[in-house]
Amino acid sequence: MILIMIITTLLLGGILCWLFDRWAPDLVKWIALVSVLTCLVLGCSLWIYKPDLPINANTWLVNYQASWIPTFGIGFHLAIDGLSLVLLLLTFFLGSLAVLCSWNEIQQRVGFYFFNLLWTLAGICGVFMALDLFLFYFFWEIMLIPMYFLISLWGDNNRRYAAFKFFIFTQVGGLLMLVAILALYFMHGAQTGIYSFDYESLLTTSIRPSTARWLLLGFMIAFVIKLPMVPFHNWLPDAHSEAPTAGSLILAGLLLKTGAYGIIRFVLPFFPQASIEVAWLAMFLGVVGIVYGAMLAFAQTDIKRLIAYTSVSHMGFVLVGIFAFREMAMQGVIMQMITHGISTGALFLLAGMIKERLHTRDIGQMGGLWTSMPAMGSIAMIFTMASLGLPALGNFIAEFLILMSAFTVNVPLTIIATLGLVFSALYSLRLMQKVFLGTNISERHINDLSIREIIILSSLTIAIVLLGLYPQLVFDMTRNVVLQFVSSGESVVIN
Amino acid sequence: MNEVQFYALLPFTLLAAASIIVILLIAFKQSHTVIQITGFVMMCLVIFTMWYVRDLLPVKLDPLFIVDGFAALFTGLIVLSVLAIGLLSYIYFEEREENPKEYYILLFLSTLGSAILTISQHFISFFIGLEILSVSLYALIAYLRNRNNAIEAGMKYLVLAALSSAFLLFGMALIYMETGSMYFSNIAHHLATQPTSGLFITGIGLMVVAIGFKLALVPFHLWAADVYQGAPAPVTAFIATVSKIGVFAVLLRFGLAVSLQTFSLAQLIFIVIAVITMISGNILALLQNNIKRLLAYSSIAHLGYLLVAFLPGNEAGVEAAVFYLLAYSITILAAFGVITLLSNRQRDAEDLEFYRGLFWRNPVMATVLAFALLSLAGIPLTAGFIGKFYVLASGVQQTLWLPVITLVLTSVFGAFYYLRVISILFAESAPALMNENRLHPFFYYSTYTALITLTLLLIGLGVYPRIAIDSIKAFLLIR
Repeated sequence: MILIMIITTLLLGGILCWLFDRWAPDLVKWIALVSVLTCLVLGCSLWIYKPDLPINANTWLVNYQASWIPTFGIGFHLAIDGLSLVLLLLTFFLGSLAVLCSWNEIQQRVGFYFFNLLWTLAGICGVFMALDLFLFYFFWEIMLIPMYFLISLWGDNNRRYAAFKFFIFTQVGGLLMLVAILALYFMHGAQTGIYSFDYESLLTTSIRPSTARWLLLGFMIAFVIKLPMVPFHNWLPDAHSEAPTAGSLILAGLLLKTGAYGIIRFVLPFFPQASIEVAWLAMFLGVVGIVYGAMLAFAQTDIKRLIAYTSVSHMGFVLVGIFAFREMAMQGVIMQMITHGISTGALFLLAGMIKERLHTRDIGQMGGLWTSMPAMGSIAMIFTMASLGLPALGNFIAEFLILMSAFTVNVPLTIIATLGLVFSALYSLRLMQKVFLGTNISERHINDLSIREIIILSSLTIAIVLLGLYPQLVFDMTRNVVLQFVSSGESVVIN
Repeated sequence: MNEVQFYALLPFTLLAAASIIVILLIAFKQSHTVIQITGFVMMCLVIFTMWYVRDLLPVKLDPLFIVDGFAALFTGLIVLSVLAIGLLSYIYFEEREENPKEYYILLFLSTLGSAILTISQHFISFFIGLEILSVSLYALIAYLRNRNNAIEAGMKYLVLAALSSAFLLFGMALIYMETGSMYFSNIAHHLATQPTSGLFITGIGLMVVAIGFKLALVPFHLWAADVYQGAPAPVTAFIATVSKIGVFAVLLRFGLAVSLQTFSLAQLIFIVIAVITMISGNILALLQNNIKRLLAYSSIAHLGYLLVAFLPGNEAGVEAAVFYLLAYSITILAAFGVITLLSNRQRDAEDLEFYRGLFWRNPVMATVLAFALLSLAGIPLTAGFIGKFYVLASGVQQTLWLPVITLVLTSVFGAFYYLRVISILFAESAPALMNENRLHPFFYYSTYTALITLTLLLIGLGVYPRIAIDSIKAFLLIR
């Protein structure tokens, strides 16, 4: 029930925001904040009171099932395990920050804005919880439309173009996935006589290798577009740079994770054999993404585009890690998903704050901001360091784990991927140097962080340091899940 | 005709009676309001009688008609659409001060034609139904004859419809020559027992031209945009829904009866038509700046999607088609309802520019339109999504990969232009002229209520389609 409460809280909160825009515009922000915080509390209570499952136990922490459209075998099946729970907590954490950071930035149509924000979050939660493939697709699409509105209504100058590009890319992927889901559904139905979209029953479908490859393709395209993998990353820099700050935060912090989550949750268990066949290609493209993203990030002058390209680079690690099929790599992947969400989210927030003050995103027009904004400068330092993978900060653990176990799988690719880390040092240092150090170009007086901003950024800082020093928190939660996914892959290798 | 047959035909008799009653009302110089209300009551009566005769079905009225669950579903859809269109017509025509009374005669006659198509199982009734539908439509399209495009649109439809009727007749003649019958089940029997020659397929091909014209399938779609634009908004809604439902129903019935999909050549023709219809409809809609033309092209594309449900030629396909038509008609009626309400005396609200920032001026209308467009785009939480899912499922089940993949890729184009309109709705507000409401507010309220009901139905079907799907299945079993 608690899962349903989470989703309905967000959906209802969104509708209330929209309605109250007319009658009590001042109340809208508070409604949004309260509904996200309620979800955060609910999520934390799940985490605290979760049952202690024995290792290797193949059960869900919370499971909710109801019938929805029984004629098609579509159920309303929500369930979470450790992986979902971690990602849900990340969603609510970043979600509350997204509400907070929009506090003053959004001046027009506030109610509709928070409606879209909350519905995007609801869609994302649904994606992380849904265990019925139809429901999964449903939520997958639900998060799209409000995100489209966030970009196209509250974005920057080139927002229309960016929003359309974002929508079209993800829509193509989504619909191909729908076709693959349907094919899987009918295959399962033909084999067992039971037509169902349920995750657990579809897992038992036996698929011919040639068919499996096509179905894998259908799912993978949807997920790697979201991830983004290199030839499909094209929508990302535009969407990120044009979106409002909260939009970028959610895009980078959460939406990209739905792609990785989809691969882990659906592609690997459904098509173990076929995913091993494409593993080398996926790892290769992941490495290309790491290097390419880092190099392009280095070349950017627009601060948000720069951060966007670093996302391409970081998400490359995720792809490499997933397709290494090692327990340690998978732990690294989950860690990377969380820490990337936090660190890149923080960078986008900083970029948004700078933009609010200087009204530009051009790095060339910045410089020497440290003198007027020492607090922001030092926090920016922490997060650029996190982004380049400095030990003691979360990202280091993640990338280290991924690289270490990828090394046992494919040495040349891992070496190239490691080079990506060097590039990441280059762009991070360049970012820091250009924006905060050097001579102060602007003569104007610039305010340092406000209390609201300090709350936002310090919570992120605490999170990233905590994850860097004590990553065991995450590992404990996801251990069961990781073992399960890895063992399904390994059993195929052995056979 | 025995008693059961009489009862089964009652809804259709009532439809015919409705137009006569309207004629009589006009003869006694009754006002527009009286006619409107009488018409509304008559349509409600038709639905009521249909509910009443449901337990008697199926009833055969050999050789021309068969009233079964299939017919009841489609007729129900038609009559419900006409109810909504009638409601929209009142405000639209009353504001224009052109004597709108005869309009209702034509409206009910064409409804009758469309309804007859759903129960016909013989070429004669097929043709008669189609002609009653088209002949009334000529006049309906050109009804506001003082408008710029009205006569042109009417003429265009007249000429092309007449031509397509000739094709239809010739096709029917060829099939009759081959099989010796015009009765669907006899044709099917003949085809099943005897080897077929090319004559049959040629006949089918000629009939496809006519059907394709009525459904505005590519390459027979050339009239669609002009007629949609030229016709008064409620009539456009009528063409987009009622006339297409009827023709598609008879196509489905004929296809199922003679197992058209088993003829590989015929199947190929339909696949090709479906694919090019989806592609061209969507591409042509991309850059339209007139919302009526945009909806015209998009409805071409939607009929293409619908053909994908026709291709499997099985029960699942029929279910998908019925559900899709249900979702589609609700959506189109909501969209045209908004256009109708926003139109002013001089011209229809068709420029996209007019809709800029509508959400901030008139949030209710904008929300209705936005939901309609989202549903046309097939976004979850709306009926269009379940409809598209249903159609895709029926296609995937029969492994019709080419049409299925085309559907997927072209609906991305679709999403693009629907979203374009939606983002215009939400864009910065521009000062615009609003209509002064000159009528009794009751009619506005009722129309608003109708539109909101349509929108709620749209969302209801998208969130909880179970009841609709189950009752469609139950109805289709009656045969």
